[in-house]
Amino acid sequence: MMPLSGDPPRSKVLTVALIVIVTLLALTPFLFPGSKPLNVAAKICIFIALAASYDLLLGYTGVVSFAHTMFYGIGSYGVAIALYSLGARWDAIALGLVIALPLAALLALLIGLFSLRVQTIFFAMITLAVASAFAVLASQLSWLTGGEDGRSFRVPELLRPGTTFFNAFGIEVNGRTLSYYIVFVCCAALFLLLLRIVNSPFGRVLQAIRENPFRAEALGYRTVVHRTLANVIAAAVAAAVGALNAIWLRYTGPDTSLSFAIMLDILLIVVIGGMGTMYGAIVGATLFILAQNYLQALMGAVSTAAGEASIPILPQLLHPDRWLLWLGILFIASVYFFPSGIVGKLRGGPS
Amino acid sequence: MSATETDVGAALPKERADYLPLLLPLLLAVAAFPFIPSTSTWVTLTIAGLAMGMMIFVMASGLTLIFGLMDVLNFGHGAFIAIGAYVATLVLLPLAPWMQADSIWLNLAAIVPAVLLAIGVTGALGLAFERVVIAPVYGQHLKQILITMGGMIVAEQFLYVFFGPQQIPLPLPASLRGSFLIGEAAVEKYRVVCVLVGLAVFVSMLLILTRTKIGLLIRAGVENTEMVEALGYRVTRLFVGVFMAGSALAGLGGVMWGLYREQVTAAMGGELLVLVFIVVIIGGLGSITGCFIGALLVALATNYAGFLVPKLALITDIALMVAILLWRPRGLYPVTSR
Repeated sequence: MMPLSGDPPRSKVLTVALIVIVTLLALTPFLFPGSKPLNVAAKICIFIALAASYDLLLGYTGVVSFAHTMFYGIGSYGVAIALYSLGARWDAIALGLVIALPLAALLALLIGLFSLRVQTIFFAMITLAVASAFAVLASQLSWLTGGEDGRSFRVPELLRPGTTFFNAFGIEVNGRTLSYYIVFVCCAALFLLLLRIVNSPFGRVLQAIRENPFRAEALGYRTVVHRTLANVIAAAVAAAVGALNAIWLRYTGPDTSLSFAIMLDILLIVVIGGMGTMYGAIVGATLFILAQNYLQALMGAVSTAAGEASIPILPQLLHPDRWLLWLGILFIASVYFFPSGIVGKLRGGPS
Repeated sequence: MSATETDVGAALPKERADYLPLLLPLLLAVAAFPFIPSTSTWVTLTIAGLAMGMMIFVMASGLTLIFGLMDVLNFGHGAFIAIGAYVATLVLLPLAPWMQADSIWLNLAAIVPAVLLAIGVTGALGLAFERVVIAPVYGQHLKQILITMGGMIVAEQFLYVFFGPQQIPLPLPASLRGSFLIGEAAVEKYRVVCVLVGLAVFVSMLLILTRTKIGLLIRAGVENTEMVEALGYRVTRLFVGVFMAGSALAGLGGVMWGLYREQVTAAMGGELLVLVFIVVIIGGLGSITGCFIGALLVALATNYAGFLVPKLALITDIALMVAILLWRPRGLYPVTSR
């Protein structure tokens, strides 16, 4: 149990589900050849790590931040801008990371010191305001960020689809496969790191603060310091995941990194998967991304069928663009009825 | 002890009035004056800022009032703004000929029912929202934020379902188009109307809060909810009433904003919500006067900066918020001890 930091899934069904998900993700390039499954799998890996870092804040520390995509975007843009302006070199990626990670951490520190003193609501409002200002700024500073169009760039030779290493079982292992495994391994490492953090004494204090801040303070823990540190860690991990996302997509723009829609996706994943469980991020992200990629097509088909049968309103309700409606309803329902999400349900017992 | 028999009012030291924040918008306007090349431009910008500020105030006042009394921060407030604007289009679009007629009475005959309907619908939805969605999570901030945010997503999606994804144009009525000339400064008529409506809302809110029994109860509820309840008043009813009023104000603000922009989109709720939050934070959570000053400050700063350094206008709101919070960490007028 070393890699899991003594925090196993604690449910047979969950264990099986996690093993299946991780095995499938690890073998995706060989089991499902083609670019779409690989893209979906990479997105799942990225969102698992991103949602897990958000869970550190929402589930373990009990604060709601709406600026998580801002940090994700900082990492994404950091690598993108470095690769765009320096060319496809490994040291460009390193430079991007060296600039983006401390920047994200510093910004998180400032926001935390500024607003985590007061209360959850204040922090939620401030992060929402700062994140939206940042998104506008990124889309306006087009000389640096490429504006609404974003930046497309080339990645180092080794990671390009044209670089073929060898053929295994009739499947070509190329630079794209290597990129996928970089994303997979890094996301897995980040996830295990977060799992270690929440199970450390520091993580225990965070949970104590979530449960009862006054009592935690009375016991001698400085709540502001702990909350701010959690915010900084979450921001740095989000920035690292953002960098992975940029390398995978070979593109960074407002829609792939900064948009409020991604923030909502993360919220939905963490809440539906299970707040304060970490494993919820894996289950939630997998279900969410699969649904996003395959369920929308189904909704479209049903919507068209309902339209042909001339049933009123139903076609609009089931239109693929309206899938956030159903997710939103699911989100509200899960906050009310299953605050510990899917993982909490599977584990049973008091939520 | 004889000291206890003295008049309680006399025994309490009078609270020192804090006028400093009131001067801020004035200071800002004066400070901007030397940088703007002509007086007429300054007048136009100032009036535009005031009008925008009043609209934001109308939207934000409901949010801050609800927070002050009920300790609920409604992230779904933006949805009520958008719903108000959409409901108004239900009346204004069929009555478009009246809107375009060159008669102020026909214009009013279209606008007044539209505004009343918007206020009525958002108020009624506020009632339903408070009872069904928010009532189960009183006192649980985390869940409140998540649930009201979820409510916002769902409401926005429903607007798309019922009204379609396209923007709806909402032209101003004929009698409110065009502008006056004050000296050389052009002042749009609609902006003057906005300022008047905003002032009317502000003054009537202050009067209700300070001169009526309901207002007394609301202010008492902001100070100490349990005590008001212990004295035999039904706080729940007060909550419902204030929530309806706050939502209706959001609806009114939405109509005003829709007419100002002359178009309505489902995304406007989310966009305005951010602005409204900044205003509420600047003013101090729960304070009506603070919210009023905050709205004017934000709008004036945006307008001046938009004219002087357009790129800077994007971050003036945040910069202003940070500056105010550095000066007063709980906003201009911190009302609650929370």
